[in-house]
Amino acid sequence: MSVAQGIPDVEKKVTVAALLFAGAMLALIAYAALRLGISVPGCVTNVKPFTKGELIQVAPGRYEAHVVSKMFAFKPSPLKVPKGSVVDFYLTSADVVHGFYIDGTDVNLMAIPNAVNYAQARFDAPGKYQVICHEFCGLSHQDMVGEIEVTP
Amino acid sequence: MIQKDLRAVVLIELLLPLALLIFGVYHGVLQVLYRAGLIQDVSFFGIDYYQGLTAHGVINAIVLTTFFAVAFGNVVISQTLGQSVPARGAWTGCALMVVGTLVAAWPIFTGRASVLYTFYAPMKAHPLFYIGVVLLVVGSWVSFWIWIPGYLRWRKSHPEQKTPLAAVGIFTTFIIWQMCTLPVAYEVIVQLIPWSLGWTPGVNVVLSRLLFWFFGHPLVYFWLLPAYVMYYTIMPQLAGGRLYSDFYGRLVFMAFIVLSTPLGLHHQFTEPAVSSGYKALHAALTFLVAVPSLITAFTLAASLEHGARANGGTGLFAWWGKLPHFDAQRWLFPYLFMGLVIFILGGVTGIVNASYSMANLVHNTSWIPAHFHLTVAGPVFLAILGMSLYLCAGLSGKKVAAPRVALAVPYLWTLGTFTFSAGLFYGGLRGVPRRTNLGISFLDPTSNTFRPDWVTGEHVGAVGGCVMGLAVALYFYVLIRSLLAARSEQAADSFVLPEAAPYHDEDVAVVRNFRPWVVAAIIAILVAYVPPLVQVLNGEYRVTG
Repeated sequence: MSVAQGIPDVEKKVTVAALLFAGAMLALIAYAALRLGISVPGCVTNVKPFTKGELIQVAPGRYEAHVVSKMFAFKPSPLKVPKGSVVDFYLTSADVVHGFYIDGTDVNLMAIPNAVNYAQARFDAPGKYQVICHEFCGLSHQDMVGEIEVTP
Repeated sequence: MIQKDLRAVVLIELLLPLALLIFGVYHGVLQVLYRAGLIQDVSFFGIDYYQGLTAHGVINAIVLTTFFAVAFGNVVISQTLGQSVPARGAWTGCALMVVGTLVAAWPIFTGRASVLYTFYAPMKAHPLFYIGVVLLVVGSWVSFWIWIPGYLRWRKSHPEQKTPLAAVGIFTTFIIWQMCTLPVAYEVIVQLIPWSLGWTPGVNVVLSRLLFWFFGHPLVYFWLLPAYVMYYTIMPQLAGGRLYSDFYGRLVFMAFIVLSTPLGLHHQFTEPAVSSGYKALHAALTFLVAVPSLITAFTLAASLEHGARANGGTGLFAWWGKLPHFDAQRWLFPYLFMGLVIFILGGVTGIVNASYSMANLVHNTSWIPAHFHLTVAGPVFLAILGMSLYLCAGLSGKKVAAPRVALAVPYLWTLGTFTFSAGLFYGGLRGVPRRTNLGISFLDPTSNTFRPDWVTGEHVGAVGGCVMGLAVALYFYVLIRSLLAARSEQAADSFVLPEAAPYHDEDVAVVRNFRPWVVAAIIAILVAYVPPLVQVLNGEYRVTG
């Protein structure tokens, strides 16, 4: 049996290959974040925690939704916007931790009490979008569904 | 040799969680039935969905894994480091863990702690739930601490020898466990217990989540590393060969000490209060874990190939046929081998979860449980099942009854997990939420939230879940029959774990000591966690009750 004292060549090559793989993955993520603008929510400091859910039109086709999640509903709901609208979602919770997932979009957020989360979505296709609480929040968690209605 | 005075304590540490596992797996099967709409109710036989889901997670992922790591550690340390485990200390650790488990079981089974195994505040459980979890963890600490003096004595009396690789793996497991459980102990003892007792008005939820996820990801390495010990030190011998590289085994374990912890924010990508830059840093650090994983894939494949060629295997891939896949005498082999097969898909889907860019697509959908049933319920669970049977029979001097049935279990389990996960991956990409009693909402055709596009995935998942349940039922058939078999004192006395010899026995100084790796781990943790911690502590996140 070969008992090597140094590190065999093949092992050095495998180590390099593994490092290259990790590097390639990182490069792809950096590309997606910097060039394609695919990112995750950050730390919102310019919005005070709010207690009232409301939809505010800031300009034609531009909306700001202040969403309050509370066992077992999202407010406001249903949320009506015309086709082509861009909506800035600010999200908080009035009790426990909830989830906020808008079906058919990339909006996927956690609602944390006393903190404000943020995502933006553009609604080009008219129709009804389910808003799903995807974090366990109590016995009626499975019934916590909101709605966004995009009018033609 | 394994100390005689450890046999009873190890058997308790193996059999108590296995007894609880019967309920854990029973409710796993029920969950897929609820989710597929085959049970349309809030509860079944007096256990409601979320209560059972809590028990499923706590028993399978916390109690079973922690007890097993301690039991297996006791055996490995005793065998490899000169029978140096003080029995009284082992009993103390075991007693704390047993008491903790029973204390936490009461609120769970009486419906006072339906908070799932992540117990996110401000959802509140009965104080005894948190107290029981603390006792369980402290018991595992004590079990670890009592190995240290014997290890230091062994090092002193064997100055020319490398620490046996299996012992290195066990110490790695518990060094990671010790580091990662300190913040969650702070969360539970300082934040949650006083609050659930009504002594404090509330908790800083954002801080509690940061502390929890500091623990939550290294936890998966605590689950996984005992299986790695088996892959590196036992599986090559079962395959009839040697460990391809001793250095790589040591390097991988040491690398996990550094890399397993400073990456918890990848579980918090979609939440507020932490900058996306810090999240990106943790994403980058997460990908470094791919390095020891790929090295492991290489080393284990090379070790298996070495064994298969020694058995007469030839060709580029044909040697696979010379591995003991269907050898009833070596029934333990497929528990390890099939775990690795499952783990390939677990690793690939883990890359999806960890990658910053795809988090929004999969976060908190059923994609996530589909993934972790290919990790913790794949390699980890199969290794625990296989080694528990091996140790229970071996330490009690009994022969494994029905070895052919024992051999079938990992194959059936693999079929089940692949089917289960296929259904949940399919659903997850279509937005199916995890941790949700779908049968009375989205999968109820009479509900106004009914989602016909989610039905297929959940039905496939239910079939897989039932196959998994069947595999575990067969496992318990073998285990119980083996325990009832005739006892041979001689067999118990001569029982040892297989230890694979190395093929390349490199001597590399940097992997001979834990100290530099622990120092590097602490530096990495400070770099990764001080900035987000400062950010969270500076934010005005009022306490929430």
